[in-house]
Amino acid sequence: MRRVVIVGAGLGGLRAAESLRSAGYTDSIAIVGDEVYLPYNRPPLSKEALAGGIDFEGLEFRRKASVDDVEWLLGTPVAGCDLSLRTVTLCDGATLEFDGLVVATGIRPRRLPIPGPTGGRYALRTATDALAVREHLKPGATVIIMGAGFIGCEVAATAIKLGCTVHVVALDEEPMVRPLGLELGAAMRRRHEAQGVRFHLGHTIVAFSGDDDVRSATLSDGTELKADLVIEAVGSVANTEWLRGNDLDLSDGLLTDSAMQVPTTLAPVVAVGDLARHPNGLFGHVPRRIEHWNMPTETARRAGPTLAALLRGEEPDRSPFLGLPAFWSDQYDTKLQSFGMPGIADNAEVTSGSVDEACIIEYFDASGLVGVVGVDRTTELAPYRKALLARHEQGR
Amino acid sequence: MVKVTVDMDKCQHYGQCCFEAEDVFALDESGKLVYSKEADESRRADIESAADVCPMQAITVE
Repeated sequence: MRRVVIVGAGLGGLRAAESLRSAGYTDSIAIVGDEVYLPYNRPPLSKEALAGGIDFEGLEFRRKASVDDVEWLLGTPVAGCDLSLRTVTLCDGATLEFDGLVVATGIRPRRLPIPGPTGGRYALRTATDALAVREHLKPGATVIIMGAGFIGCEVAATAIKLGCTVHVVALDEEPMVRPLGLELGAAMRRRHEAQGVRFHLGHTIVAFSGDDDVRSATLSDGTELKADLVIEAVGSVANTEWLRGNDLDLSDGLLTDSAMQVPTTLAPVVAVGDLARHPNGLFGHVPRRIEHWNMPTETARRAGPTLAALLRGEEPDRSPFLGLPAFWSDQYDTKLQSFGMPGIADNAEVTSGSVDEACIIEYFDASGLVGVVGVDRTTELAPYRKALLARHEQGR
Repeated sequence: MVKVTVDMDKCQHYGQCCFEAEDVFALDESGKLVYSKEADESRRADIESAADVCPMQAITVE
């Protein structure tokens, strides 16, 4: 009886187990997770679940019957692994032997070392984080959000709806500027401002004041902002420390090939989800980490058959990976939806509508169309999706 | 037969399911999701894929 150990009990870990089963692997699977919860859906944590509209129990993913026999080791963070011995060590001292390993430990929020009290500073990644933040998002509370990416902006919208005073502090020129570009970023800022969000862009927080809990923040231009709580959404760090000492490329996440196999001769290892830096045949084969919700599922669809083949002693399919990144975001009544990689574009063109209303924006680099974003135009994106998927056949 | 249920309180009409099983799920002209409540057993794999990719996890397949 062989055993696959999946480290990481999020969406990627679950989908990897299901994908191994559908690829014909019938032996044992153990899934290790640091959180106490079975895999659950994270995007609502900055929106409905934070506003109190959804019970956390309702966020648990449905699991396919094929993974009913999986052994779940939850609430047990991983400490390390030794690929040459084919063992994973847990923080509680237990050692798990494996024949094949799936790396699915994902990312955690980046935390900045800022002088001052640490009470009242929160990040938002887990259900436990969301529960803590939800308790403080009361009408009349003043919230400082650090970071103007998707999570920061979604939390801003949720906090405004709950009756909070909201400040967003970020170094960026405009909110969500990296994925959306300047023009749409500015338009999204105007939508937030119309709802009452105050932006402090081009600035950082240099210090917090207060006793145990933060009471105010000092910005890099000297501005003092009162704060009842601070939510930090300034990017992420890949959880790869436990893989150190195995001669792997951990320079940004964990490098894989197009089959999601981790290049090592020591053991059969695949990686999925937010930490897998994988080449994509649709976008020039440059290995990238893509932190979009659909990527754990897309990468697991590939990683399962790869690991199943390796465990059978067969050569896996190493043809280009062609998973199309996609993202969605809800802020107030605005629905953003994207396909492709608008973040790598050199220029953007509004091809229908206006950025302050419903619109479609096409994103280009030297190779042609690399992404599309629809603002309240969901039904019109299908042809763009098709065009992006066809990039590979066109040799781009 | 495959029985399909979409929790319309959860559904945000993103239309991701339509790409996996376009014969079962579609967005109408106003962008609202419409779907078949029953499908042939041969469609099960694609319908399960549709349930997997739903950002709101609103689709149940029986």
